Amino acid sequence: MATLTEAPPPLTPAAPEKKAKPPRRRGRLVPYWLLLPGILWLLVFFALPMVYQASTSVQTGSLEEGYKVTWHFATYWDALSEYYPQFLRSVLYAGSATILCLLLGYPLAYLIAFRAGRWRNLIMILVIAPFFTSFLIRTLAWKTILADGGPVVGALNTLHVLDVTSWLGMTQGDRVLATPLAVVCGLTYNFLPFMILPLYTSLERIDPRLHEAANDLYARPVTTFRRVTFPLSMPGVVSGTLLTFIPATGDYVNADLLGSTDTRMVGNVIQSQFLRILDYPTAAALSFILMAAILVMVTVYIRRSGTEDLV
Amino acid sequence: MAVVNWLKRHFVVIAGLVTLAYLLLPNVVVTVFSFNRPKGRFNYEWQEFSTDAWRDPCGVSGLCGSLSVSLQIALWATLGATLLGTLIAFALVRYRFRARGAINSLIFLPMAMPEVVMAASLLTLFLNMGAQLGFWTILIAHIMFCLSFVVTAVKARVMSMDPRLEQAAQDLYAGPVQTFLRVTLPIAAPGIAAGALLAFALSFDDFIITNFNAGSTVTFPMFVWGSAQRGTPVQINVIGTAMFVIAVLFVLASMAVGNRRKKQKA
Amino acid sequence: MKTTKDTTTAAAHGGDVRLSGISKTYGSFTAVHPLDLTVPEGSFFALLGASGCGKTTTLRMIAGLEEPSAGTVHLGDQDVTALPPYKRPVNTVFQSYALFPHLDIFENVAFGLRRRGIKSVKKQVDEMLDLVQLGEQARKKPHQLSGGQQQRVAVARALINHPKVLLLDEPLGALDLKLRRQMQLELKRIQTEVGITFVHVTHDQEEAMTMADQVAVMNAGRVEQLGSPADLYENPRTTFVANFLGSSNFIEAEIDSRGGDGLVLKAGGGKLVLPEARNSASTTTGGKVLVGVRPEKISVTHADEAGEIPEGRNRITGRIADSSFIGVSTQYVVDSPVCPEFEVYAQNIARDPRLVPGAEVVLHWNPAHTFGLDATQDIDAGTEEEAAV
Repeated sequence: MATLTEAPPPLTPAAPEKKAKPPRRRGRLVPYWLLLPGILWLLVFFALPMVYQASTSVQTGSLEEGYKVTWHFATYWDALSEYYPQFLRSVLYAGSATILCLLLGYPLAYLIAFRAGRWRNLIMILVIAPFFTSFLIRTLAWKTILADGGPVVGALNTLHVLDVTSWLGMTQGDRVLATPLAVVCGLTYNFLPFMILPLYTSLERIDPRLHEAANDLYARPVTTFRRVTFPLSMPGVVSGTLLTFIPATGDYVNADLLGSTDTRMVGNVIQSQFLRILDYPTAAALSFILMAAILVMVTVYIRRSGTEDLV
Repeated sequence: MAVVNWLKRHFVVIAGLVTLAYLLLPNVVVTVFSFNRPKGRFNYEWQEFSTDAWRDPCGVSGLCGSLSVSLQIALWATLGATLLGTLIAFALVRYRFRARGAINSLIFLPMAMPEVVMAASLLTLFLNMGAQLGFWTILIAHIMFCLSFVVTAVKARVMSMDPRLEQAAQDLYAGPVQTFLRVTLPIAAPGIAAGALLAFALSFDDFIITNFNAGSTVTFPMFVWGSAQRGTPVQINVIGTAMFVIAVLFVLASMAVGNRRKKQKA
Repeated sequence: MKTTKDTTTAAAHGGDVRLSGISKTYGSFTAVHPLDLTVPEGSFFALLGASGCGKTTTLRMIAGLEEPSAGTVHLGDQDVTALPPYKRPVNTVFQSYALFPHLDIFENVAFGLRRRGIKSVKKQVDEMLDLVQLGEQARKKPHQLSGGQQQRVAVARALINHPKVLLLDEPLGALDLKLRRQMQLELKRIQTEVGITFVHVTHDQEEAMTMADQVAVMNAGRVEQLGSPADLYENPRTTFVANFLGSSNFIEAEIDSRGGDGLVLKAGGGKLVLPEARNSASTTTGGKVLVGVRPEKISVTHADEAGEIPEGRNRITGRIADSSFIGVSTQYVVDSPVCPEFEVYAQNIARDPRLVPGAEVVLHWNPAHTFGLDATQDIDAGTEEEAAV
């Protein structure tokens, strides 16, 4: 022990009386304690409500007399047959918005990842900062932008864009506001950052030398993009489209503020059934159908695109 | 021909900037119209320049009250979600245990669910339990949907942390608690901060879930929604513009601090 | 307190690290087979092996970072098997250092002292930083230092606690070759100065041989051989050790008879002599033996001058297949009927211009440099050159 004489206070870990203690179990319960509060929260306020909702959807009764579970599955059939146009519209609008988000968002994400240089941080801030102005205020601003007889509508008219969209049934006459086009435009705008951020994340991971290697191996820029960049950004494309499509399908704010009664989406129906008409079984059934439809679509999509490790 | 070539070469830049303009246009409109003096109840058409609203942002009854409700809920929801989410993230990264897959799905599902579904089902729960809708039900809902986002943010940071750092602390006489406080927490802090910031933004701006579960409590987004039906006061634009400017200044300031630190290091 | 007798024995082996029957399994995979090992107090001990051989697991069990599946760890008289790492008087220099990125150098080094409740750490930390020549850098953050400096901080951070044993997990792996040589000498100097037991894990055989007093060569969760570097090199007992430490040539031979100088073996048409003391194979007549010889022990003579080779040397014939000049020596690969790729390192003293590929040569060496191994082993064990990285 000679070398330890100048050592700081020696450690006295194993006092003789403590010697017989059992081999330590290094806190096998620790992870469960860490998980407990948060998981309990999710179970009670996320999973349990789903059960309640499922049960509500098969109840009958009225507000005055109370509801009882009668396994009345006809509610589902009634809800579907009455509101299938809204369901289809939701998928159509959300799908169009998702495609537009991808077409608009990809160049910007690419620009930030590879071409922005010292402007990269500034552009990033400009993409994220609008979040801090309440999205409702920003959506209301579209009412001004798309106002009848305003410069935007005027320009679209002059360029005969409105003729095309009218022919497609997206607009009516000289109006944009209160048409499907306005709703899709609002949805695209609202969820665009949710497309750009995952795209940027996966593009940024790509080694720029891969572009050089592709160019070196006789690939023109377009081929490089098609054969190298785009396949490597697939995880971003998949998570971006999901992050856009899922909330867009359930949205009712854009349809309400920018649309008309002809552009009501399934979210609008659920909202009014729940909060105005107070027909809880129908509302619960609609919400349940929406959830099931989205889960099925998402699962198929993830399987097809071959990126299952998104979580 | 030269023009076509130029366009070809800069296609990405041009397209990207067009998208950026699309993203920022509404903010420009919001800012410009915060200086409007509208005729009538709606602030959708330009009339004349005025700074009235900026000089009296709380001049509309209920607006600043709703802002304060939103801030309180956002603060508490951030605190709650960050605490619970951080614990879950540590458990998921640092321990092996049963039911891992089920727990991962339980955390992923709220992010893959349309808000309106969560909002509606939560309302059925509250109605069935006979709960009084208001501040507390909003807070509960906000903690619920922010939780998953915090877990994701913190998990990413903790996963990239070298486990040897904690082993080194243990090797240097730090017990589990000391190791956590002196090493794990400071190193995981940026991830936790990112999660908290995200939770704050999500909670502060949430409308759909709040719409279902607010009862008669009015948050700021609820106030804006209501005013879209009754008439939009210019003050809404003032608040929106102010928040945008504050956010940009906040980010720029934190970047400046980061840059200065980098220079000190060099 | 213990009895006087106990204290004396404790003083005699006060700091020995004793591993008894220690093993580690992960499910069905056995990382370390039951292992007995004693590291004498004050020695510089190396655990050498390729990646995945169990050397780091063994080290981590001493540190307390890994719980052994069976067996015990003693530090002197104290059974520390059940102690968590923060209660063991043992410190580790981690692979890639694990310096706390959020603390400066001073606080990194002071970390252990502070955790033990020592208030005035300034003097000790300053002295320690001077010992590793980093006094100027105290207020910098780890990422501002070079690899070599970071490595010295890691050593200082562990040593300041005056551990009974310092564990080093591939401490030089991240450094470039030149710096590694320099740090090898530096670590050896520090070890001599402080007199603490060092247990050093490495895959670099040269590093182990330069620094350690004792080397344990590990392979597939077992200790293949334990000894001083020179002993391991000259008397390997398995083909793995023979190949992992330097390189070796092997000839399959059959025991013919017992002569005065040792065993006489038949290989191809010729005879080879192997001193009995250097044979670890069975010695029944007719039994198979792997005859080994290190490339630098061998001399090359052109076949025309075979007559000039002194009597009593082991010799085989062959044809040069390849030669490469590397400055201090020339390395030949020789095709021989008894061994297809015989390696020979010839000192660059007087080069014979006739020794070019295609030339017929005689290889010869002193029989005392021959060693014999059990012929049932894989001749190529330990040659996968991940070890030479």
